[in-house]
Amino acid sequence: MSFLGVAFDGIAYGSLLFLISVGLSITLGLMNFVNLAHGAFAMFGGYCSVWLTQAWGLPFLATLPCVCLAGAGVGALAERLLYRRLYRASHLDQVLFSIGLTFMAVAAATYFWGPTQQRVELPELLRGQVRVLGLELGAYRAFLIALVLLISGGLTALIELTRFGAQLRAAVDNAAVSAGLGIPVQRVFCLAFALGSALAALGGALAVELLGLEPGFAFEYLVYFLLVVSVGGAGSVRGTALAAIALGLCDVAGKYYVPEIGSFIIYALMIVLLTAFPAGLLGRRA
Amino acid sequence: MRSWPRGARELSIWLLPVLGFVAFPDYLVLGSQIWIAGLFALSLDLCLGYAGIISLGHASFFGVGAYTAGLLAVHGWHEPLSALCAASLAAALVGLVTSFLVVDRQGLTRLMVTLGIGFSLYEAANRASSVTGGTDGLSSLELSPLLGVFRFELSGKTAYGYAAVVAVLSFLLVRRVASSPFGLVLLGLRENDARMPALGVPVRRRLIAAYTLAAALAGVAGALSAQTTGFVGLESLGFERSASVLIMLVLGGAGRLYGGFLGSAVFLCLRQLLSERSPAFWQFWLGALVVALAFASRGGLLGGLDALRLALRARGAARAGGPA
Amino acid sequence: MTAFKLWWAGLRAFGSSRLGRSLALGVLLAACESRKVESAPGAALQPAPAAEAGPIKIGLIAPFSGPFAGMGKQVESGARAYLDQHGSKVAGREIQLLVKDVTGVAPDVAKNLAQGLLVRDKVDFLAGFVLTPNALAVAPLASEAKTPMVVMNAATSVITTKSPYVVRVSFTLPQVSAPLATWAAKNGIKSVYTLVSDYAPGADAEAQFKKTFEAAGGKITDSVRVPVQNPDFAPYIQRIKDAKPEAVFIFVPAGAQGTAFLKAFQERGLAQQGIRVIATGDVTEDQELDAMGSAALGVVTTHHYSAAHESPENAAFKQAFAKVSGGQVRPNFMAVGGYDGMAAIAKVIEKLGGKLDGDAAMAAFKGLALDSPRGPIRVDPETRDVIQTVYVRKVEQRPDGFYNVEFDHFDEQKDPGK
Repeated sequence: MSFLGVAFDGIAYGSLLFLISVGLSITLGLMNFVNLAHGAFAMFGGYCSVWLTQAWGLPFLATLPCVCLAGAGVGALAERLLYRRLYRASHLDQVLFSIGLTFMAVAAATYFWGPTQQRVELPELLRGQVRVLGLELGAYRAFLIALVLLISGGLTALIELTRFGAQLRAAVDNAAVSAGLGIPVQRVFCLAFALGSALAALGGALAVELLGLEPGFAFEYLVYFLLVVSVGGAGSVRGTALAAIALGLCDVAGKYYVPEIGSFIIYALMIVLLTAFPAGLLGRRA
Repeated sequence: MRSWPRGARELSIWLLPVLGFVAFPDYLVLGSQIWIAGLFALSLDLCLGYAGIISLGHASFFGVGAYTAGLLAVHGWHEPLSALCAASLAAALVGLVTSFLVVDRQGLTRLMVTLGIGFSLYEAANRASSVTGGTDGLSSLELSPLLGVFRFELSGKTAYGYAAVVAVLSFLLVRRVASSPFGLVLLGLRENDARMPALGVPVRRRLIAAYTLAAALAGVAGALSAQTTGFVGLESLGFERSASVLIMLVLGGAGRLYGGFLGSAVFLCLRQLLSERSPAFWQFWLGALVVALAFASRGGLLGGLDALRLALRARGAARAGGPA
Repeated sequence: MTAFKLWWAGLRAFGSSRLGRSLALGVLLAACESRKVESAPGAALQPAPAAEAGPIKIGLIAPFSGPFAGMGKQVESGARAYLDQHGSKVAGREIQLLVKDVTGVAPDVAKNLAQGLLVRDKVDFLAGFVLTPNALAVAPLASEAKTPMVVMNAATSVITTKSPYVVRVSFTLPQVSAPLATWAAKNGIKSVYTLVSDYAPGADAEAQFKKTFEAAGGKITDSVRVPVQNPDFAPYIQRIKDAKPEAVFIFVPAGAQGTAFLKAFQERGLAQQGIRVIATGDVTEDQELDAMGSAALGVVTTHHYSAAHESPENAAFKQAFAKVSGGQVRPNFMAVGGYDGMAAIAKVIEKLGGKLDGDAAMAAFKGLALDSPRGPIRVDPETRDVIQTVYVRKVEQRPDGFYNVEFDHFDEQKDPGK
C-alpha cells in the first residue's frame, strides 16, 4: 500500500486522539486543573449517544449535538458543585478528587449499563470505503478528519479572537486583577469547563465506533489524553492538534512498517518529544 | 501539643506491628500487604513529599525489585534476605539510570516521562516472556526458611513478621535520612527550587540521589511482595499499581513519612470491607470516600488530623480566655 | 526498664485522651474476639468433625469490578444457575457460596482472599478463577491446605500442573486452537496469516495453531503480534490485505479488541477479497457477540460451548441462567464453566456422602463425567484437566440476535499442551 494510505490512516487516528483530548487541554492548560476525570466525561458522552440511539431511536449523527449539550450541562453542574471548590487546592488534592470521581463514574456506568460492550449503528454514509484519487479511504475516518479541522479552527478562533477568549485568558493569568477589571471570572471558568466537558463528551461519542465503550473506558484511555496534552503543550489547541496528528501518524506508520516494536512507539516518541520540547510542542509557558 | 517521651515513641513504632499480629491473627496476609504497600508509599513519599517529584511510574521500581527476587528464586537462589538486597540494588540501578530523564523536567512533562518509563518497562517485560513469563508471570516461587528457621506457611505468620520488620527498619532509615542535612536540602528544594542553587546546593545531584534511594526502597517493597505472594506478574509493573500507591500516599498525607503507612492501611482495609459488602460496586463507595476526603481536608488524613488538632487547641485557648 | 517506664508514661498520656481510650478499648475487644476464633480446634487444614452437619462452604474468587467484571458475573451466575436448578442441598448438607471480588489481574489480592477463605471461613472448595495469574498465585495455597481448587475458566495449560489439588472444568487454549488448524487444513485453506495479542495466551494460541496447521501441510504466510490494548487496527489490517492470505487466524481478548478488529476488517473490504477470518471462540463469545453485530458475520471459530448448542441440558441451563442473572445477558462459555464446576463439586460431595476430605475429594474428581450444557465432558484422571468435544461454529444472524452456530465437531479432545 502506498505511503499516502498510511498517512491518511495515521491522520485519522490522530484526529480521534485530538477529539478526545482537546477538552483536557482546556481544563488542564487554561484552568490549571489536573482533571483526571476527563475520561469519565468522555465516557458519559459515549453512553449518552448509545442511549439516545437505542432508547429514542435517534440516528447516530443526530445524537452528536445532544451529546455536546448534555456534556456541557453535566460539566457546568460539576464545576458549580465540585470543581470550583478545588481550583486553589494543590495538584495532589485535585488528582485525589478526580480519581475518586472516576472510580464513581466507572461503578455507576457498570450499575446502569452492565460491564459489557456497547455499540452504535453508523449511518450507511459513514460505513465502508470511498475512492478518492485512486486511494481507498475509510468513510468514517474521513468524517473524523473533517470534524477535527472544523473544531480546531473554531476553538482557536474562540480562544484567540473572541471577547470570551480574551476574558478566559485574562482570568487564567491573574484571576484577582481580572475580577477587579469587571470580568465575571466565576462565570468564565464555568463556561470554559462546560466547553471542555462538551468536547470530551463529543470525543467519547465519536470514539465508540473505533475504541468501543465499556465502563473501563474512563481509565483505559486516560494515558492517551495525558500523552497528547503533554506533548502538545497544555492549553494550546493548535499544539494539541499537532501532537495528536504526529503521534497518530507515527503510531500507525510504525505498526504498519515495523510491527515488531508496535507497542513501544507511542511511548518512546513521547519521551523523545518531551526531551526535545519540555513544555510541549506549542506550550504556553516555557 | 503534648509530645511523647522519645523512648515511648521509638517503642511504639515497634509495638505497632506486634499489635497488628496479636489483634488480627486471621488477617495476616492482609497485614503483610499493608506493610508492603506502606513501604512502597514511603518510598514514593521520599520522592514526592520530600524531593517534590510527582511520579506516575513508581511501579517500575516495585516491579524491577519483584522480578529480581522472582527470577533469583526461579533460578535456584532460594535465600530470601540476599535476594531482597539484590532486588534493592537492581531497582536502585534502574532508578539511577532513569533519574537523568526525570530530574531535568518540570510539572506535567516530568509526570508524563515517569509514566512513559513505566509503560515502556511494562511492555519490555511483556515482550521478554521467555525471561519474565509474560502475562503468566513467574509462579510457585520457592523460598528457603527465613534465617534458616521460619518457613513461609499458609497462615502467613512468617510473611507478616518479615514484611513488618523490613518495613519498620526501612522507615527508621528514611526517617534518619529525612532529618539529615540531605533531607533538609530536599525539603528546601520542594519548597523553593529557585533559591536552593543560590545557597550552593548541587540540586541535580541531590535529586538524583533522592530518586535513586526511593527506587531502591520501592525495589525492596516489590521483592517483599514477590516473596510473600510467591508470584510475580506483569501487574507489579502496571499503571494501576503506580496510581494506587499515589492514592494511598495522598490519602494518608504526603511529606510526613507516616502518611504512606496510614494511607495504605486505610485504603486496603476499606477495600477489603467494602468489597465484602458489595463485590460489584465497592469502587463507587471508595471513590465517594476519596472525593469526600479531597474536600474535607487538605493534605490527606494526617493533614485533616492536624487541622482538627489546631481547631481544638484554638477552642481550648479561647475558653481559657488567653490569646492563642 | 527505663524504656518500659517511658513507654508506660506515653501510654498513659495517650490513654488520658478520649480518642486514645476508645481506641484502646477497640483494640482490646478486637484482641478478645480474635482469641475466641483462634480457640476453635486447629487451622483450616483438617475438617473439624463437628462442622460436618453444617453447610458446605465454597469460596468463589473472580473479578466483579474493573475491566473483567462481566466475566466474574458470568461465572457466578453459572454456578448459581446450577444451585437454582438442583436445589442447594447436596447429601443432606446446605451449599454456601462465598463470593469474593479479586478486582482484576491481581495475584496478591487473590492470594489474600484465598488465604482468608481457607483460614477464616474454612471453605471446603476454592472455585472460580477467571484469570490465569490469579489462579497461579493461589495454587500453592490449595496444596498447603489440601483443599480442592476448581478452575472454572482460566485457560492456560500449566495451571493444573502447579498443584495436585487443582481440577479444571473449562478448557485450555491449545485444546481449542489445534482443532481449528485441523479443520482449516481439511477445508481447503492453504495459507494463513496469524494475528494475536502480544501476551501469553496469544503466544500459546499462535504456537499451537502454527504447529498443527503446518503439520497438516498448511503454510503460515506471516505472523504479527499486536499490543493487548490496541486502539486502532487499521495498519495491521492493511498489512494483511497486502499479503493476500486465504484466511487470517486471530486471537485477541473478547470485547473491545475483537470488535475493533472485525470492524476494521469489514471496513476495508477484506472479506470481498476472499480472505476469511478464523479464530478461537473467545473472540466471538456469546456475551459480546450482539455488540459486535454484523461485523462478526461469517467468522469461523472453534470452541467448547455456544449458547446456540442444541440439547435439552443447554435449554434448561439457559432458562436457569436467565432466572438467576435477571435475563440481561446471554450465558457464555464462562457461565458454563461456573455451572459445570458447581456440578462437579456437587457430584463429588454426593460420592463422598457429604463427608469431605481434600484427598478423597480429589480422588472423586478424577475421571468424573458430566452431561454438561456443552455436551458430555469428563475430567482426565491423569492431568485433572477437562476432556471434551470441540465444535466448529460460524457466526450467523437469527431473529433474536447473532449466534455461533455449530456445524462440525471434534470429539474427545485432550489438552495438547501437556
